[in-house]
Amino acid sequence: MSEEARTTRSIPDRLDGRLKSAVLSWPSLLLAVAVGVFILNSFASPYFLSAWSLSDATFNFTEKALIALAMALLIISGEIDLSVAAIIALASTMMGLALQFGVDTPGLVLIGIGTGLLCGMFNGALVTGLGLPSIVVTIGTMSFFRGISFIVLGDQAFKGYPADFAFFGQGYVWWVISFEFTFFLFCAVLFYFLLHRTTFGRQIFVIGNNPTTARFSGVRVERVKFILFCLTGLMSGLAAVALTSRLASTRPSIAMGWELEVVTIVVLGGVSILGGAGSIQGVVIAAFIMGMVTFGLGLLNVPGIVMSIFIGALLIAVIALPILFRMIRERRA
Amino acid sequence: MKLLKALACTSLLAAATFAAPAVAQERIALVVKSLGNGFFDAAARGAEAAAAEIGGIEVIYTGPTSASAEGQIEIVNSLIAQNVDAIAISANDPDALVPVLQRAMDRGIKVLSWDSGVAEEGRMLHLNPSDTALIGETIIKLAADYLPDGGDVAILSASSTATNQNAWIAAAEEALPTMFPNINLVAVVYGDDDSVKSTNEALGLLQTYPDLDAIIAPTTVGVVAAAQVVTDEGLIGQVNVTGLALPSEFKQFIDNGASQAVALWNPIDLGYSAVYLAHALVGGQEAAPGATFGIGSVGEVTLDDSTSAAMAAPFTFDASNIEEFSQIY
Repeated sequence: MSEEARTTRSIPDRLDGRLKSAVLSWPSLLLAVAVGVFILNSFASPYFLSAWSLSDATFNFTEKALIALAMALLIISGEIDLSVAAIIALASTMMGLALQFGVDTPGLVLIGIGTGLLCGMFNGALVTGLGLPSIVVTIGTMSFFRGISFIVLGDQAFKGYPADFAFFGQGYVWWVISFEFTFFLFCAVLFYFLLHRTTFGRQIFVIGNNPTTARFSGVRVERVKFILFCLTGLMSGLAAVALTSRLASTRPSIAMGWELEVVTIVVLGGVSILGGAGSIQGVVIAAFIMGMVTFGLGLLNVPGIVMSIFIGALLIAVIALPILFRMIRERRA
Repeated sequence: MKLLKALACTSLLAAATFAAPAVAQERIALVVKSLGNGFFDAAARGAEAAAAEIGGIEVIYTGPTSASAEGQIEIVNSLIAQNVDAIAISANDPDALVPVLQRAMDRGIKVLSWDSGVAEEGRMLHLNPSDTALIGETIIKLAADYLPDGGDVAILSASSTATNQNAWIAAAEEALPTMFPNINLVAVVYGDDDSVKSTNEALGLLQTYPDLDAIIAPTTVGVVAAAQVVTDEGLIGQVNVTGLALPSEFKQFIDNGASQAVALWNPIDLGYSAVYLAHALVGGQEAAPGATFGIGSVGEVTLDDSTSAAMAAPFTFDASNIEEFSQIY
């Protein structure tokens, strides 16, 4: 009895022991797939292996990957935010609106990030304050946020962003390394430490595995979830700054349908859609795979619909595999 | 695990076979708003015809699955990487594509827009299928011709951000008070060039305005949806559907009386002319205001002050000629 009391208990950040080995190897498996895709792409198209091509390719997924980092944490905690693309639209619209009043670049960036944060707080308050299911709340706010954009803009566009604002989505830090991409790598490291090296990160896993246990263990479940919604809103705001800068304009249809692409990256990265398991490494590699697959197929001028089929198949395989794996293991046991 | 890898590999290999190893001296990319649209497929056929006439040209026909600016930007990025000679684009957004097309021009690629334009700084020239004012007038006239005593009409458009549709509607609204004083435009709704949404919007129009005399849909997707709704609701003879339609897709609704007449320019000529213009730009011709470009059998166009040109006037299809044109496109 006393022996047991002295033992430090640790709460596993994986679903169970048998799955442990599979999940542990997930990022490395993804890495192997990524390398495979890279090699195949280099053979399939003579244009793939060029510094500028690879640099251009990163623009296709960087903004989505930025949101995927925060979305991963949210999904691990057992919640989801489907309003992220709508937050981009609203944040971009607010920046455009501010532009009409002569706000300069630092102000525009602050307004974009601030709008994202406010949207995240709104989602978080509805989910944690009123105890509503996040999927319902964020489907609602998805229409609500984008609806505001449509009311403000109608069929018009905001354009004429200042020249130095273009740096966030079009600028290069050094040679072919874009600012966007550098910023994404920086955020990826931050999120890695947040999820895998802090108490807060451990709490996210505990909540995802069993919110009741977490509550009885002294974890402030609502507070953690609220912070995660804010974080997702904040990252959406940052993505809005990057995308608005890259498009040099704002329309209410901006980033339409991106929420599902973000969730795809997260799930492909090995984050359990039921919560409780996942890693930032996996999500980052999944973003690269998605980017390289779509760019590689683009270089071969493969029609978009074939690309969607391919990505759909990849996603189903990724979700089905761990379950199949567990079933086989259980049958053997 | 192995299955995933195997899947990834086989799928990519399968994809690799799509890459035709055709080596042509000149590669012209025809980028459209979305694939799976009869209008753009017809344009691609015209582009192939022009390429065959000129010789030594490979046409890359491509576009996103859903009509989004972001999807087109991804495609333009991959075309820049392929170092094509020219990009001829029908844009989903006049502004959002400007930065990426400027980058294409910086890398030495000739860029022109056709059908749905890009802002001036993002392209060298723009080919309008017709004259905006003339189209706006034509779509109202198509309805007015069959409403001698006047009546209520509504417009079912594509997306609310579509450049060309908005310009035509603006021109139509301008023409209404002077040229068609007894025609009353009661509503403009947007079906986003999506069959389901267009159908719902058309149903909504019929419910909101029971006295509606005509639905004008200046988009090939919307006009079919509206005509289908009028047919299904048993309103043939009561509500006339008209607008811009592909003869092959729309023939059945001229035949069953849901529509009296529709109009369209020739998309085959549009794709054909775009390739001729792209080829001229690659050949070094300057796209300056006032410059004249030959566009093969279609004739020639002259650039105006905004370096854009109009190809031809829209052509009307009714019971007398729909059969013939439905065989063509």
